Amino acid sequence: MLRKSDGHPRSLARPGRGCSNEGVNSEQPPQGRDLRNGPSRRNEPGERNGRDGPDGEDGRGRPVGRRILLGTLGLGALGVVTAPTLQRGLESFLAGASDKDPTGLTGLLPNGGGFRYYSVTSSVPRKNAETYRLTVDGLVDRPASYTLAELRSLPQTRTVRDVQCVTGWRVPDTAFEGVRLSRLLDAAGVRPTAGAVRFTCFDGAYSESLTLDQARRADVLVALRMRDEDLGHAHGGPARLYVAPMYFYKSAKWLSGITVTEDVEPGYWEERGYDVDAWVGRSNGRDDEPTD
Amino acid sequence: MSTPGSAARTDATMSPRTDTPPAATAVRRFGRAQRWVHRTTAALTGLCVFTAACLYVPQLAQLVGRRGLVVTVHEWSGLLLPVPVLAGLASRAFRADLGRLNRFGPHDRTWLRAALRRDKRPSSRPAGKFNAGQKLYAAWIAGATLVMLGTGLLMWFTHLTPLVWRTSVTFVHDWLALTLGIVLAGHIGMALADPEARRGMRTGSVRREWAEREHPLWRP
Repeated sequence: MLRKSDGHPRSLARPGRGCSNEGVNSEQPPQGRDLRNGPSRRNEPGERNGRDGPDGEDGRGRPVGRRILLGTLGLGALGVVTAPTLQRGLESFLAGASDKDPTGLTGLLPNGGGFRYYSVTSSVPRKNAETYRLTVDGLVDRPASYTLAELRSLPQTRTVRDVQCVTGWRVPDTAFEGVRLSRLLDAAGVRPTAGAVRFTCFDGAYSESLTLDQARRADVLVALRMRDEDLGHAHGGPARLYVAPMYFYKSAKWLSGITVTEDVEPGYWEERGYDVDAWVGRSNGRDDEPTD
Repeated sequence: MSTPGSAARTDATMSPRTDTPPAATAVRRFGRAQRWVHRTTAALTGLCVFTAACLYVPQLAQLVGRRGLVVTVHEWSGLLLPVPVLAGLASRAFRADLGRLNRFGPHDRTWLRAALRRDKRPSSRPAGKFNAGQKLYAAWIAGATLVMLGTGLLMWFTHLTPLVWRTSVTFVHDWLALTLGIVLAGHIGMALADPEARRGMRTGSVRREWAEREHPLWRP
């Protein structure tokens, strides 16, 4: 083996060059320290000796690595199969843990409860009581523009329901408070040809829509408050749409425009594959519990 | 051999020169293939982890926004993640290293036992070119990456499977992502603590003295 790795096997056959160190060393059986520092170590920089080096230990053995890899894959598959059970257990455990967690870190865990911030634009302008306007137009007899104060002066409705996102997270028992959308529609006078409502947002990109029947439901609000506080910017303040029975992407944040239309025009995520009729548990291929 | 006296002397005085090379001699640890596979995989992993954080951590999501773009970058960096390793298979040196990572010998058991006892003495940590910890890490991260890729694809192309699977697949993807983040942090932390190991990955060479201490069974 050494002779082979030495790289100069022929020199050994020539007695005339007996003084060569390489020759001398190569002919002697390796012993003691030579094992570690023998010539083969220096002369063979390539990878060839990986498996059959002088002591042969490196790179020999059982293929445990492959078993670990396959085992990890198997565990992943098992995880998918048992996910519903595991998820229920973890959710109840984490709900308990987050009650006693002063750091709020459990909120960052998957299924740890709490909202996640989604915005489709890079930055969203901020609007306050002075700068905010909500317009109602389209197929209506009396187009209108509301300030925040005007919206607040209308009768307010408060609901407490679960919030369910289509990506899986759910926030239980969340209070929303605001003006029923049907009240704004009635005030504007919807024309008979109308069939749908389109919503636009002052982030400049997001849009949503509902059929007129859906929009007139009692649990569809222009929400001004959440969890009994004024709606903050991160949650779509000062006013957002709140469509209680549907997945949360229907509840457009930073609502700025309500346009009555003839037909439903798919919104931002709906053009990217989400269902227009986004009933919780009956759409988007999901079977979540309804949010009441 | 032709002059016996000198041959004997040669043997006694010259061989130490061959046996103990200058202490600072560099040993080749990684060729270009291994280093580029590592570099590109690390870059893609970084991109994947960063975009994941932007999708997931509320503070980062607020800072970055652009959800549609971030989702696209995340999907593609994840999809491309196995490509460097697959391309690396063309290199014999890289395949040889994969072979070394795959095979566990008796000395790896010794190493792992010492690691569990927090025994840091080099004498109780025998290792070839890769120690048992590195082998475990490599095998697990490869498997976990494939699980992330599989679950990620099912989340991406929801029509490929019965749609009820999506929740389960998201569950695995989320929790494994968290685990992967912790393990990757460990990997990076250990690299930060060992400048010579980093040099090996950066330049391809390490000091012989380091190799003999950390990887005594390795024959470069």
